Amino acid sequence: MRKSVVIAALGLALALTSSLGFAAGSGPHAAWMDWKPGNDVSNIASLQRGAANFMGYCAGCHSLKYNRYSRVAADLNIPEEQMEKLLLLPGTKKGDYMISPMQAVDGEAWFGKAPPDLSLITRSKGSDYVFQFLKTFYVDPKHPNGTNNLALPGTAMPHVLSALQGLQEAKFETVEKTVDGAKVSESHWQSFELASPGQLSAEEYDAFLRDTVNFLEYAGEPYKAKRQSLGVWVILFLLVFTGFAYLLKREYWKDVK
Amino acid sequence: MAASTDTTAGKTGFRAWLNKRLPVDEFVDSQLIGYFAPKNFNLWYFFGSLALLVFVIQILSGIFLTMHYKPSEAMAFDSVEYIMREVEWGWLIRYLHSTGASFFFIVVYLHMFRALMYGSYRAPRELLWILGMLLYLALMAEAFMGYVLPWGNMSYWGAQVIVTLFGTIPVIGPGIVEWIRGDYGIADSTLNRFFALHVIAVPFAIAFLILMHLVALRQTGSNNPDGIEIKAKTGADGKPLDGIPFHPYYTVKDIVGVGVFLLFFCGVIFFVPTFGGLFLEKPNFEPANALSTPEHIAPVWYFTAFYAMLRAVPDQQMGALLMLLAIVVLFFLPWLDRSPVKSIRYKGWISKLALALFVVAFVALSYLGLQPADGLYVILARIFTAVYFAFFILMPWYTSIETCKPAPERVSYHA
Amino acid sequence: MSDENATPDDADLSRRKFLTVATAATGAVGAAFTLVPFIASWKPSERARALGAPLEIDVSKLEPGQMITKSWRKQPIYVVRRTPESLAKLGGHDGNLKDPKSEASDQPAYAKNDMRSLKPEVLVLYAACTHLGCLPKQFFTVADPAMGADWPGGFFCPCHGSRFDLAGRVFNGSPASANLRVPPHKFESDTMLVIGVDATQGAA
Repeated sequence: MRKSVVIAALGLALALTSSLGFAAGSGPHAAWMDWKPGNDVSNIASLQRGAANFMGYCAGCHSLKYNRYSRVAADLNIPEEQMEKLLLLPGTKKGDYMISPMQAVDGEAWFGKAPPDLSLITRSKGSDYVFQFLKTFYVDPKHPNGTNNLALPGTAMPHVLSALQGLQEAKFETVEKTVDGAKVSESHWQSFELASPGQLSAEEYDAFLRDTVNFLEYAGEPYKAKRQSLGVWVILFLLVFTGFAYLLKREYWKDVK
Repeated sequence: MAASTDTTAGKTGFRAWLNKRLPVDEFVDSQLIGYFAPKNFNLWYFFGSLALLVFVIQILSGIFLTMHYKPSEAMAFDSVEYIMREVEWGWLIRYLHSTGASFFFIVVYLHMFRALMYGSYRAPRELLWILGMLLYLALMAEAFMGYVLPWGNMSYWGAQVIVTLFGTIPVIGPGIVEWIRGDYGIADSTLNRFFALHVIAVPFAIAFLILMHLVALRQTGSNNPDGIEIKAKTGADGKPLDGIPFHPYYTVKDIVGVGVFLLFFCGVIFFVPTFGGLFLEKPNFEPANALSTPEHIAPVWYFTAFYAMLRAVPDQQMGALLMLLAIVVLFFLPWLDRSPVKSIRYKGWISKLALALFVVAFVALSYLGLQPADGLYVILARIFTAVYFAFFILMPWYTSIETCKPAPERVSYHA
Repeated sequence: MSDENATPDDADLSRRKFLTVATAATGAVGAAFTLVPFIASWKPSERARALGAPLEIDVSKLEPGQMITKSWRKQPIYVVRRTPESLAKLGGHDGNLKDPKSEASDQPAYAKNDMRSLKPEVLVLYAACTHLGCLPKQFFTVADPAMGADWPGGFFCPCHGSRFDLAGRVFNGSPASANLRVPPHKFESDTMLVIGVDATQGAA
């Protein structure tokens, strides 16, 4: 009886608290917050494309200071000859860390904020966030870059990928709300509209981002694939061990009446 | 012939040589084979030995982390990533330690809950309980300081919040805060001293407390799910009728416990080491930044119940005091419980309801501590804090007045 | 006086023994596998290996008779551009050497010759006296006043007085008993010396 009371109480607690999940949060939930990259870190081909994308479009400003070219090449099955062409920035050696040529002071002077290192971006902000960030740039004349971003409003980063995605305009809807007795006007994002097209179609751009985010996810934890494959063996071994241990226990406990 | 001191009778070779110099066989015979434990231990009785296992795992993984970690503001964060990526198997050693920390608390909370259920804190085991509570405090200190070491953004801001709490102590508060920090803000000096305490001082204290905890247990013998004293009913040979030798029966059973535990433990390490951001928090993958606070500062999940209580009170000083009282009140448990029986199995319905509500409150408070402190969350935190304290404060009353079932003569055991 | 909980006579002792051995053996295997990551974590890390990567030196920048000191895998290395005169001096004093044919000394196969090098002009040596490890000093001048009239040019170790010629071979009367050691090296091109990779095989 005691056990069922405890279980019922835990269930009540769970039900109560999970229903609160929606209550708090900053701002209304918009559709773009559900966009996911759908990447697969075990897809080597995708990682290779992502690495090329990163070196081509991002490495000029952003470092991956905890990753080495040689490790990336080894993990992504990139042969040494191609590694130099595909990955190495001018003046770097294969054992070097992937440091961007942009100095922090210059970045701060040119953009107002030094471009951050991206080694751990997917672990601290999430792959979804990075994907959404790269997808939600829109035209905004009020900003120095001419663009703004939904995932990180007021971002200092220009829309580096505009040549690929094109430039989109954001449609907002003004919503009147009453908060604590006062009337408040909120601007809710409705949709995007392509103002000028880029080299890639919407699906192609999504695929481009998927590969790039995939590479960043790999860069955040290079040993993830090994960890998971080893884990299978560890669990199997432990099942065997626990099996023997259990049979041994049962055998001895036959004594206990 | 001094037969009683001839400990080498019937032994040959190395074993005889060893036993003449160290009481090895004597120890095994008296403490393991000669120690009788109740035969009705259930699932809840695994967590003591598992806590010891996790302690060993933390020491081992911790030692090997210290071989590569650099305890300075400039190098700490980088050295952790160095371990994760460049030290052979470094990622595994790190995940062992971070997962071990959370599992230590899972195991310890379940271990403490067992005591709550079966009255293992009742006389003559009050000191056993108090030693356990001191272990809990030491563990909390160890975990708090350990979390600061990676010097991520949550490490920094978590340290900032908790150390600032000491400022609420009347008169000496602000001085104490600066003294703990060794600087005007959380700084390199703070990190370095936390490292020294986390690696050497507190582990020694924990090891000593574990030893004392085990000695106290040996002295009184273990409680059991029926809450009766097995030594009260002995056979003609003087051994308790409901007891069985710890070795081989519980050694063999605890090994199964270890196997099952490791399955869960390794499952997490190899497949979900961050556990959705609960075991390794997302903001901590960014280096400490004194100019940028994480969106939600929250301690790691095992502290969040107390954190929720802290924030439930509008006044910071009162909140800190309440949080302290929440832990202090646990020390008094042996004297708050006035029930004629030890185990929840035989207590009245009020005790059962009270314990259930206590669990709900603790779990709910743990969840609330992870959420932002506004609106409905604060109201609920206040309600559940009241429930938490009511469990203790009302205990002398409801354990005295309720109708209990009579405790059995013999333990209930089904082979 | 019977012990209610003693091992009953009907206990299947052979099954117990089998299961105990099976559990213990599996446990031991598990323990051994668990030790591997801890022991392996002591191996040189990725960073150590990267810092110890092969070192490239452009020898065309070296003047004849010049010596430079470089560090590879935490050890000092001497690279000497020998002059034709000093090369000529290498032949005449085998009788004064402890190990003129480098039989008892440590060098790669391609350096087991009279020049102790791949190319005659370029000498590559570990800058560690084979006695107790001090850095030998360069005394390249033939008949250097400090070394004596028949000094052909070479190295002198200040710690205990060992002397080596310009192929790193040890002279009689020195406390050291072996010639100076030669590190693995190769020539990527005529002018690009790479220290840390063997001329015939892969990287050290």
